[in-house]
Amino acid sequence: MFYLEEKNKILRNIREYFYNKNFLEVETPIIIKTPCIEEHINAIKCGKFFLRTSPELFHKKILSMGYNKIFEIGKCFRDNENGKLHHPEYTMLEWYCLHVGYSDILIETYELLVFLLKKFNRQIPDKKIFTVKEIFLKLDNWDPITDYDPYRFDDVLYKKVEPYFKEIGGIIFLKDYPVNAAALAKLSDTNKKIAERWELYLDGVEIANAYSELTDSKEQMERFISCQNKRRYNQLEVYEIDNEFINCLDLIATAGGCAIGVDRLLAWLCNKDSLDNFVYRNIFD
Amino acid sequence: MYNASDLKKGLKIEIDGDPCTITNFEFSKPGKGQALYRCKIKNLISGNTFDKTFRSVEKVHKCSLISRDFTFSYLNGKDFIFSDNETYDEVILTNDLLGNKSYFIVDNMRVEILFHNDRPLDITLPNFIEMKVMETEPGARGDTATNVQKPAKLENGYELNVPIFINEEDLIRIDTRTGEYADRVSKG
Repeated sequence: MFYLEEKNKILRNIREYFYNKNFLEVETPIIIKTPCIEEHINAIKCGKFFLRTSPELFHKKILSMGYNKIFEIGKCFRDNENGKLHHPEYTMLEWYCLHVGYSDILIETYELLVFLLKKFNRQIPDKKIFTVKEIFLKLDNWDPITDYDPYRFDDVLYKKVEPYFKEIGGIIFLKDYPVNAAALAKLSDTNKKIAERWELYLDGVEIANAYSELTDSKEQMERFISCQNKRRYNQLEVYEIDNEFINCLDLIATAGGCAIGVDRLLAWLCNKDSLDNFVYRNIFD
Repeated sequence: MYNASDLKKGLKIEIDGDPCTITNFEFSKPGKGQALYRCKIKNLISGNTFDKTFRSVEKVHKCSLISRDFTFSYLNGKDFIFSDNETYDEVILTNDLLGNKSYFIVDNMRVEILFHNDRPLDITLPNFIEMKVMETEPGARGDTATNVQKPAKLENGYELNVPIFINEEDLIRIDTRTGEYADRVSKG
C-alpha cells in the first residue's frame, strides 16, 4: 500500500515551512554531465550522462550567484542502494543558506522537525547532541579524530553507534566528523582535524547530513582528486570533476546546507521501519 | 564470483567450500561510509546458521548446485542406494541425510537429488506416497470429521496422526514434504 496522503502531507508541509521563511524553491537538473565525487556513492548511468546523486553541485552554483536561501525537493538516484531503508530512486530535500554554519542549520533542522511532528500529531521526542569523539570514546574507547581508520570507523558506526542511538531513541545529532570523513564540509577553524559536519538520527536511523560548506576551491579540488584516486583503487568508475562547480566556490563566502531523505523521514513520522509504503519498489525488488 | 552487491535473500553461495544459502539480507550504509551487506546464512551441510557482513569491495564464491534424476535401487544396512536414470551410476544417501524422508522411499521410486560438486545435499521425493495403516484405534462409524485426529502407525513403522475415521488396513496418502496425512485412498 502506498501512503499517498502522507507523502502529499509531508511535501506540502516542507514547502510551507520553507516558504514561511522566505526560501526560494529551485529546480535543478536531474540528468547531469558528471556527479558529485564521493568515495562510496555511485551514480546510475543515463545514456552518456548520469542521474544526479544529489542536487548539491547545482545548489552551490546558485548560491554563488548571490541567492541566499534556497531549497529543492526532488528525486535523486544511487546505484546499488537497495534495502529496507534504501531505494535507488528516492526523494531528497536539500536546502542551503549563505552566511550560516552547521550549528545554524542544526537549529533550523530541529525547527523543521518540530514543525512536521506537530503536523503529523506526534509528540516531540528528546533531542540530544553528541560529538563523534565523545560517542566513539564511550562505545569503543577510541578517538577517530586523532587516530582515523576508515574500516574501523564504519564498523563502529554500524555495530555500536547506530544500535546505541536506536536504544536511547529520539532525535540525535552526531557532529564534528574526522577530517577524512569530511566529504564536502569545511574544516573547523579551531581544530583542523575536525570537519563541521553533522548527521541526524531519528530513533537510530540516519535521516540527514549537513555541513558548514567547504567554499575553498583549492581544497575542494584536492579532495575530489583524492576521492578519484580512492575510487580508482577500488575499481569504481572515476567521475570527472565539475570545473564549473569548483570555480563557483570562491564566489561563496560562507554557507551551510542540509540534505534529508524525505521517504525515510516520512517513514519515521508514520512509525514505520521500512520504506515499503513510501517508494514504488517496482523494478528494484 | 558474485560482487557483494549481487547478494540477496535466497541466493546460494559457497563459504569455506560449503554450500550456503542467504536466509536474511539487509543493506546498510552508515554515514556516507561504504556499503555493508549484512546476511544471515545457513550452511546447507551442517544446517547451522550464522551472521556475516560483507563489504562492498568483497567478492563471494558462487555455489554450483546441480539436480539430477535418480531411482531408488536397494537398501544396504542403513544406506539408501540410488541409481542415476541416465548413467546408472550409483549414489549412497545415508539415513542421517534423509531424516524422516527415509520412511517414504519405496522400491523403484523416482527422486531428484541435489549435488554440490559431487556431494549429495538434499533429495526431493514425489509430493505424495500411498501407504497402508498397520495400527490405530478403531474409527467411529460415520464420523467423517477430519479435524479430530488420532495416532496411527504405518506398515514401515512411521507414526503420524490421522483422522478418526481411518481404520487399520486403510490405504492413505501422505504428503512427503510435511510428513502429514493428506487423504484416504481406499478402505482396508
